Amino acid sequence: MDERQQSLWSFMWQQHDKLLDQTLAHIGLTFTSLLLSVIIGIPLGIWIARKRQWSSWVLGIAGVLQTIPSIALLGFMIPLLGIGAKPAIVALMLYAFLPIIRNTFTGIIQVNSSVVDAAKGMGMSPSQILFKVELPLALPVILAGIRTATVINVGVATLAAYIAAGGLGEFIFGGIALNNSNMILAGAIPAALLAIVFDFALSKVQNIQFKKRRSGIVAIPLILILFSSFYLLPSALGSSMLAGFTPEFMGRSDGYLGLKDKYGLKIRTVVISDAVMYKAAFEKQLDVISGYSTDGRLKAFNLVVLKDDKTIFPPYYAAPVVRHEVLMKYPEVAATLNRLSGLINDSIMTELNYRVDYLKQTPEVVATNFLASKNLLQPSRNGNKATIRMGSKIFGEQYILLHMYSLLLKGYTDFNVETKTGLGGTKICFDALLNNQIDLYPEYTGTGLLVILNPKKEEVDKIIGSKEQVYDFVKNEFKKRYQLDWLQPIGFNNAYALMMRKTQAEEKHITTISDLARVIDEGK
Amino acid sequence: MIELKNVSKFYKTVKAVNDVSFNVEEGQTVILLGTSGCGKTTTLRMVNRLVEPTEGTIFVNGKNIQAQQEQELRRGIGYVLQHTGLFPHYTIAENIAIVPRLMQWNEQKITERTRELLEKLQLDPDKYFHLYPDQLSGGQQQRIGLARALAANPPVLLMDEPFGALDPVTRAGIRKEFMNLDELKRKTILMVTHDVQEAFEMADIICLMDKGNLVQMGKPTELLFNPANDFVKNFFSDQRFLLGLQSITLNDVWHNLKEAPANEKAYAVDPASNLLEVLEMLSSNNSSITNYVAQNGKGSKSVTLPVILSAFSAYKTMEGHG
Repeated sequence: MDERQQSLWSFMWQQHDKLLDQTLAHIGLTFTSLLLSVIIGIPLGIWIARKRQWSSWVLGIAGVLQTIPSIALLGFMIPLLGIGAKPAIVALMLYAFLPIIRNTFTGIIQVNSSVVDAAKGMGMSPSQILFKVELPLALPVILAGIRTATVINVGVATLAAYIAAGGLGEFIFGGIALNNSNMILAGAIPAALLAIVFDFALSKVQNIQFKKRRSGIVAIPLILILFSSFYLLPSALGSSMLAGFTPEFMGRSDGYLGLKDKYGLKIRTVVISDAVMYKAAFEKQLDVISGYSTDGRLKAFNLVVLKDDKTIFPPYYAAPVVRHEVLMKYPEVAATLNRLSGLINDSIMTELNYRVDYLKQTPEVVATNFLASKNLLQPSRNGNKATIRMGSKIFGEQYILLHMYSLLLKGYTDFNVETKTGLGGTKICFDALLNNQIDLYPEYTGTGLLVILNPKKEEVDKIIGSKEQVYDFVKNEFKKRYQLDWLQPIGFNNAYALMMRKTQAEEKHITTISDLARVIDEGK
Repeated sequence: MIELKNVSKFYKTVKAVNDVSFNVEEGQTVILLGTSGCGKTTTLRMVNRLVEPTEGTIFVNGKNIQAQQEQELRRGIGYVLQHTGLFPHYTIAENIAIVPRLMQWNEQKITERTRELLEKLQLDPDKYFHLYPDQLSGGQQQRIGLARALAANPPVLLMDEPFGALDPVTRAGIRKEFMNLDELKRKTILMVTHDVQEAFEMADIICLMDKGNLVQMGKPTELLFNPANDFVKNFFSDQRFLLGLQSITLNDVWHNLKEAPANEKAYAVDPASNLLEVLEMLSSNNSSITNYVAQNGKGSKSVTLPVILSAFSAYKTMEGHG
């Protein structure tokens, strides 16, 4: 326990620059959105208190906005406002609407009607009644609404990290992706503290006596504006190009850290979710992104992969992993599956993924068409010599591969085939294989090395630059430790990659990561 | 001072107030009396334009109220509400000063006026100046409500059930206090109540309303002894005897009383007291002195139980036929 606290403190100390930036950005996001929400929400609340027939509509819509899951609301904002601060602030503002509008409305309609009647009867004008009677009397309720909205916003603002708006979510989601609890806590603890501190401070404002509150009314907008301005501070200086990296990529040595070390890449970065990254690059919100080299979206959004000329990304060549026992008994399985070897390179796999992920063709159709085009499609022999059980992880690329294997086995051998798609992640597939629940599944060399074998760092460093050495290493180790055989690689490498828009890359003559680093240096 | 000419207020098809006309002369207190929903409050609220009439015209101080800016009009008319309507976030002093501030009096004048009013209402200015309304009793709040209405010296006062929210004991006390207030005696007052007793005590003229119509208007005794129709008659039937005693003073029945013999030991009775007060006095006596004498400019008369009762019934008969 002690050690852990030590290392949390040392982590926070090491990263204090980043932590400060993120905290300021977080406060800025929270309060900018809150300020906008107050500016729009309070007049709206007053308006529906006057025109009661509209109140159910306005409150209904604000209520529906609140029920949209936060990440989805952020997602909706991207097509309209792109990525970064703008959509995050708008989404947070929409979240804060309900408590602010509702409490303004409730606060005003619950003002004693005889007080309003007296004000009117004494000759106060409608604006005097609003500012001298209704708003001061509704203020405790309105403040309670602002308080609720603040706490909600501090929480939801962590998600802004998914759309490159910064904030403490960068640490939280980076930590989750990297399984680094110190990093998670370094983001989560300050976020929780912010919520507690603001809640407490606003509760104090709420309890101030009527008299003093008059000056308090002036102070609140000023404080909101002051805190809002925090957001503008960090986003100073940096390169002309902007990179968006996933939280995981940001924290990995074979990711952003390696880019800085080995390529000396000095690019301005934002953290963003994998789900919106490709589209953001396409829409020129980002110039460089981290992705996977065979992702269908590469093609969908017309991006190119930059060559990793200093090989910092480990190779992730796909190949079937089969139980040795099965190969001994049925050697024709290996021969049949190896027919696919060398036929699918990166761009072909990207194309196939694109058809499944983007054109929404089924993996069966894509697999069938591909084999037909390579003259490998044989009618099924409907054999029943034995049943080969195959598994896959839960994404399109694996489904396609599995269907190809299935078609090949049925067409070229007398085996019957049973497929278990969707076995979740690496761990589940691998355990199923070890426990003799499946006979084979497609795996990637890099995953075999770093996730399953997980050898010492020196050993990894020695071989990581060469795809052949990595393949040989995992092949030998798997055989030795688990009696599992790696068949021949299919040919494509689904590794981490930096990507750019094709047009921009051509215009700036960038084909490798080194080119990118040079262009950025020159640009400065 | 206040003049209503054929005033009506319709809500869709409901006639809340139907063709009502009356005058309130300067210095008079006119009371709109009736059961709830009879249109009395609507009538009152049309005078300061909290409700706009559907038909008819209203004049205050000789000017058509429609021709005036509504906020200006209201600042010139004092308004007292049943539930006081004091601003809970203003101190007592600030509450009283609302209209003077709207009229942009200077601060010194406002402070002087506020203190003066508090003193007149027997509330110690030093003690109450900075308190908030919720620190006061119901009766005190009602007094502040009156002070607020009087603050800018309006010649006309509208009172909407001003004692309605108080308990009966407090109500009677505050009513007395209000009636004895010099400042209030000079005002032209239009007041709404559903309390017959209160109307008889305070009104110069009562307007009895029913279902939006003005049924009868006149002095309390007129309504009591000379009712225009069965509705008016029935309206007072419960309390007719008491109200009668209450609305007649010794002066009213002076010619029916007997000359007092010269006697050394006698209580003096105020000839302006009403018969109910006199009866109460007679019946509660437990001293050895049994002679009561009232004296005014016309002479002195002896006051005894049989004389009062026979004078009362003679008066009733005369009024009823006259």
